[in-house]
Amino acid sequence: MKLLTCPLNGQRNISEFTYGGEYHPMPDPNTTNPRRWAEHVFFHDNAAGVVTEWWCHTASSFWFLAERNTITDQVIRTFDTSEIFNQRVDFVAPDIGSQS
Amino acid sequence: MPFGLLKYGLSSEYPAQHHFTPAKELKRHYDVVIIGAGGHGTAIAYNLAKYHGITNVAVLEKSYLGGGNTARNTAVIRSNYLTEEGVSFYRESVKLYNNLSNEFNYNVMMESRGQLTLAHSDAAIRSFRWRAEVNQHMGVRSELIDRQAIAEMVPNLNMSEESRFPIMAGLWHADGATARHDAVAWGYAKGACDRGVELHQLTEVEDIEVTKGRVTGVKTNRGHIECGAVVQAVAGASSVVAKKAGIPLPIHCYPLQAMVTQPYKPVLTPHVSSPHVHVYVHQTSRGEFVIGGGSDPYPLYHTRATLDQRESLSAAAMELFPFLSQARMLRQWAGTTDMTPDYSPIMGLSPVENYYLDAGWGTWGFKATPICGVTMAELVATKRVPEIIKPFELERFYRYQQINEAGATAASH
Repeated sequence: MKLLTCPLNGQRNISEFTYGGEYHPMPDPNTTNPRRWAEHVFFHDNAAGVVTEWWCHTASSFWFLAERNTITDQVIRTFDTSEIFNQRVDFVAPDIGSQS
Repeated sequence: MPFGLLKYGLSSEYPAQHHFTPAKELKRHYDVVIIGAGGHGTAIAYNLAKYHGITNVAVLEKSYLGGGNTARNTAVIRSNYLTEEGVSFYRESVKLYNNLSNEFNYNVMMESRGQLTLAHSDAAIRSFRWRAEVNQHMGVRSELIDRQAIAEMVPNLNMSEESRFPIMAGLWHADGATARHDAVAWGYAKGACDRGVELHQLTEVEDIEVTKGRVTGVKTNRGHIECGAVVQAVAGASSVVAKKAGIPLPIHCYPLQAMVTQPYKPVLTPHVSSPHVHVYVHQTSRGEFVIGGGSDPYPLYHTRATLDQRESLSAAAMELFPFLSQARMLRQWAGTTDMTPDYSPIMGLSPVENYYLDAGWGTWGFKATPICGVTMAELVATKRVPEIIKPFELERFYRYQQINEAGATAASH
């Protein structure tokens, strides 16, 4: 059994978790273009080595981040998202012209 | 001739026929360098040499011939996909497979025993009906069959209505087949080497030289090579190799696990697949049951086998074939699958001139080997992208024109 340590729930069987993809910053929707957006959505670093990625404790719907080595399958650490997201992010819809 | 044998045994020289290039020095320049000597890489080399007269070709392999995912796949050949692009591509591959032993004069042990995919829900029946219609329209033999037909075709399948996910219908694909995966790579490599292609094993590409947007050479652990063109055919390491040429790819690597039992007498004719309970089973001509389709739940560059997958594959296989509870497991293994967002390959041109991609082969690479060899060789020789692989270009992701084959893939992620 492989274990993963959830920052909220502690050490649990990895079958309780869902992998959520690589962590990479999102481009600003107001200034990005379709090509850069495609890269953000589809293209991945897929690094062989230490990566930072999203995980979710499925039972409690708690999202957090992990550093994991994709060659050895060792989880180096798991940490709360507040380490990276330390200020409020407001999503403003891009201005697509006036709506009547 | 006993005396001939005795003479041979006592001799200090053993004149053996080399199927492949004996180890020798790398030349300074090749017209084409192919990275990866698996089925795809050797198929491309074979077609370049035989049909395009391009023989100054080096196939570089960091390990040994056919030792990567060519050896690790479960050797399933079929063309019952969902999209027109997918079906017409894999259909051509199955056609080429049917004649491959003749093409090589080398037995690839092609066995067309058909493939049966099981539906355990109304939604699956709807999608099977869709696939059957598309397949028939494109000239591929697929049909929806009912429970009675399934029971007659596979008498030892658990047709109980009391099981967790009762079988409701099936998609019967008479063109489905298996072949010996090693022999496919060996046949292509032998045919290529006979025509002057050089196979270099234990030769790892460390860097790829790009000058003014054009590939000019590769640096290997055995020295530097200049080249006119490079084809990468390295399933399981596509992202890592493409990165050396500065090309990002929409790929995530997941291990896909399979296992095989001891040999038993023949009791199962077709390949039986259930996307719902996440397993597929077929019996090889040697009698072993191959049980596959267990993808790890997160990306990894490691081919270890896990107890988790062994448990889930065994549970699913026993649900379909209860008699397998008595079967003894011989081995379990994994291969690294390059999963793309739409479960279709990435073939053709890359942002780097003369650098060609044969990547994103997820869990569908073996069945595409012959058509890949034909089309990629044509691309390298003529610099024109063959129509049949045009839809699979890398650029499709920038245009949001994916070719969705997620539902028609046996292994679920």
